[in-house]
Amino acid sequence: MSETITFTIDGVEVKGKAGQTIMQAADGNGIYIPRLCYLEGCEPFASCRVCTVIVNGRPQAACTQPIAPGIVVENNSPEVTQIRKDIVEMMFVEGNHFCPFCDKSGNCELQAMAYRLGILAPKYPYLFPVCELDASHPYIFIDPNRCILCGRCVQASRDLDGKHVFDFVGRGPHKKIRVNAAVRLADTNLDITDKACDVCPVGAILKKGVGYAVPVGQRLYDKEPIGSDIESKAK
Amino acid sequence: MEKPRIATASLAGCFGCHMSLLDIDDRILKLIELVEFDKSPVDDIKNFTGRCAIGLIEGGCCNEENVHVLKDFRKNCDILVSVGECAIMGGLPALRNGIPLKECLETAYINGTGVYNPSGRIPNSEDIPLLLNKVYPCHEIVKVDYFLPGCPPPADTIWEACVALLTNKPLDLPYELIKYD
Repeated sequence: MSETITFTIDGVEVKGKAGQTIMQAADGNGIYIPRLCYLEGCEPFASCRVCTVIVNGRPQAACTQPIAPGIVVENNSPEVTQIRKDIVEMMFVEGNHFCPFCDKSGNCELQAMAYRLGILAPKYPYLFPVCELDASHPYIFIDPNRCILCGRCVQASRDLDGKHVFDFVGRGPHKKIRVNAAVRLADTNLDITDKACDVCPVGAILKKGVGYAVPVGQRLYDKEPIGSDIESKAK
Repeated sequence: MEKPRIATASLAGCFGCHMSLLDIDDRILKLIELVEFDKSPVDDIKNFTGRCAIGLIEGGCCNEENVHVLKDFRKNCDILVSVGECAIMGGLPALRNGIPLKECLETAYINGTGVYNPSGRIPNSEDIPLLLNKVYPCHEIVKVDYFLPGCPPPADTIWEACVALLTNKPLDLPYELIKYD
């Protein structure tokens, strides 16, 4: 039996098992730590930083930081919420997120995160980058306008599908997702059954022909905030 | 006591947010009891007649005139509210932001499918407001005090916001009323 570790999140004593990350332990206790790049079944990637928590006074990514006895974790303090708001607002202005006509609206994790954090408008200036849509594949399209560079598709394709269809190119503001072909998605070995097609948190990788299937009001995040499923497990 | 005044404007928008304002149904009678409408397409008053408590702005800024109207609202209103996605982030009109202005105008007036324009010229009269290089969210032009997202924001969102602002209560929208679509 693995060793039980006791620590606190927002002043509440919680228990986890040795080797767990702060996020895994929090999930087990019904405490939701917001996240966007985290993908269950894959190694935590810690690219989005939305899961930032303050551990013993220092900001850490909850998806990679292991628990330790007696650590003091802040998850819901005004300071942490402000960090998360800033990160999510930056994601909104760095891309072209036209929620009113996006197929993913209502089921989008970025949008849902902004709702949960209560963001009414980003404080940063919009960059309106120029991005090209790739609709060459018969069943899937990629719209980089909406990409937040979380890396879930890269991980899913490589680690779950064993294909490596997607990867990052460039650094800093020039970082982009590229496909494993000279130009087009159609020239890769991506199949519609691949896990990589289902993991995009936003509307950057979508299946064709199934958009707007669920009416407004019945979509995933229309009534319940993102993370409600984890919070409902609280003892 | 004199009733507080409300002004509204539709800049680069589709009037959908104004439709949503009217969608507060019979509460519009209550709103009329609470406020007096000043410059607004609702009553067709073209110029401000006095200081306004609240200015509701629909649409972003796509041309010179939008900028003038917006600055005029900022000058004449105590509280300025961006209503809807276009005012907040440019919305549909901002789809042109990735396309050079010259290309937009040439497609609209010269090369576009179905365009009939024997002169082959892009209209350039001084009566036509000059287009800006891109569509700007309102808060990138003037200071905006509150934001009501949505396309359009639900009638309840607009109602809750107006009532809260007019009665000096904090504007605390419930989860279901914050929507970007």
